[in-house]
Amino acid sequence: MGLVDPPGRIVSGSIKLGGKELVGLDDQGMRAIRGKEISMIFQDPMMTLNPVLRIDTQMIEAIDAHEKTSKKAALARAQQALEKVGIPAAADRLKAYPHQFSGGMRQRVAIAIALLNNPSLIIADEPTTALDVTIQSQILAKMQELCADSGTALIWITHDLTVVAGLAHRVAVMYAGRLVETGFVDDVLDHPLHPYTRGLLRSLPSEGIPGQPLEQIPGMTPSLGRLPPGCAFAPRCRNATEICHRSSPEGTVFPNQRLARCHHPFDSVAQPVGLTER
Amino acid sequence: MLSYFFRRFGQAIFVILAMIVLVFFGVNVVGDPIWMLISPEMDQQAIAATAAALGLDKPIGEQFFFFIKGLFQGDLGRSFVHGEPAILLILGRMGATMELAIAALLMAIIIGLPLGMYAGLHPDRRASRTIMAGSILGFSLPTFWVGLMLIMIFSVMIGWLPASGRGPTDTVLGIQTSLLSLEGWRHIALPALNLALLKISLMIRLARSGTREAMSMDYVKFARAKGLKESVIIRVHILKNILIPIVTVLGLEFGSLVAFSVVTETIFSWPGMGKLLLEAIQRLDRPVIVAYVMVVVVLFVFINLIIDILYSVLDPRVRLTEAKA
Ligand code: SF4
Repeated sequence: MGLVDPPGRIVSGSIKLGGKELVGLDDQGMRAIRGKEISMIFQDPMMTLNPVLRIDTQMIEAIDAHEKTSKKAALARAQQALEKVGIPAAADRLKAYPHQFSGGMRQRVAIAIALLNNPSLIIADEPTTALDVTIQSQILAKMQELCADSGTALIWITHDLTVVAGLAHRVAVMYAGRLVETGFVDDVLDHPLHPYTRGLLRSLPSEGIPGQPLEQIPGMTPSLGRLPPGCAFAPRCRNATEICHRSSPEGTVFPNQRLARCHHPFDSVAQPVGLTER
Repeated sequence: MLSYFFRRFGQAIFVILAMIVLVFFGVNVVGDPIWMLISPEMDQQAIAATAAALGLDKPIGEQFFFFIKGLFQGDLGRSFVHGEPAILLILGRMGATMELAIAALLMAIIIGLPLGMYAGLHPDRRASRTIMAGSILGFSLPTFWVGLMLIMIFSVMIGWLPASGRGPTDTVLGIQTSLLSLEGWRHIALPALNLALLKISLMIRLARSGTREAMSMDYVKFARAKGLKESVIIRVHILKNILIPIVTVLGLEFGSLVAFSVVTETIFSWPGMGKLLLEAIQRLDRPVIVAYVMVVVVLFVFINLIIDILYSVLDPRVRLTEAKA
């Protein structure tokens, strides 16, 4: 989205939306896409809404940024959006300020804002981590429903693999800023190819044996400024060999639209992961 | 709200009383006002008569008692020097000072706010560094020196602007003002700039740090993600947030501008309260000094009240807690 603060920038790669290349788009072009084609929802709902502006102001400006409508029409659309995300008494709540909402409600408002212009894609950056579990699942269900209704694609960035299992069609696992494995959610979660994915799955409480300490991935994530020369995961990987430390693995394509970036991927059929394996 | 109001009011009364006592006896420590009022050729009898007329022949305690008694009747005493009621003297001069303070404050906002926001938005540009360096200069240069330099440059060397006085005044709604004529503006330009210099620097610093803080907030990122233009983000999202601390500080600064414009008014012979105070102190004109202090305290209380009201207009979170309390 071109929202990363300096010194962060796009080093390489390509981002396509509906066939349109986004990398290298100028500020004007990018602005036209933000909020219109691609919307974002951020992690902390307490911080994403401007505390001194009323909800309706913040919603109408999102509409105004992309099209010319009368204030009345915009207001009506804002109210509709609030109703869609399940905010009671939407007409009154439009006049409220962010601090008059609870965390969950604020995140709903943020979602409503993201939905305002019927984007083709919503990127949600850990949108439920700051909320408690019951609210989390409500929001999750709402998002799923809304995206299904409007045919909006959703990229959900999260640490929570149970959310992934319930929500996603495809999953992409990232480590140290790079994609390490992608595939359909069942394939990846049941038969991970990459040691990092497997490590993640193994550290889930539901995967462990009751009474035993959870398995961990040893070590810490490296600083993005000082990545090792070879595979970024090599210092923490059990399967690491000499080549891993030397060269960064290329992506290898596997059947069923899967990809993994690893010199020694697990064979997806021979090495299933889970309780049975122990 | 009401209880809050009374609390403020009580505090103000206390401050005023303390100040009166301090000033009243303080002036007497410096010297007996009577010696400032008599002329050399007066004989003993004439001196005694003058003293008696002003109530200065009585012991200081009794003088104080009379003063307080007068206070309750709304009488702050007459100026020893001018023979007029002290409070009228001050109020008569207040207009000029207010005008100067408002002009200075406007300058601080018009010049300081955009510069500070610019420096906050682009902290690494050379222009921003220049602005910040300038603001340090503005903080550290002494007012009287800058005033003299301004006169030197603009009045003496270039000769654009007059160096002293207020120029012609017009009367609007019973208030005299020089802001209605070009000549008046020419007269106020230099003293206002001199007075404003410190406030501009302050404003730059405030606006810059506020902007930088706001820029790092998620709501700004979210606003960008909504596809808003950068100008809208700055005008609506950032400006509204940084105004909250700025209003508070500026309000208090306005009070101090009015109360302590003494130096500037003296340099530019601006016929305001500050100049009056200085003359009063020189001549130990006690009633005027006391009245001045009282006016200033009342002014500060009043300004604080206005700030609080403005605050709740700008910050919706304050409104809520107020309603609950
Ligand atoms: S490339 Fe080597 S070090 Fe990296 S994840 Fe695969 S096995 Fe581990």
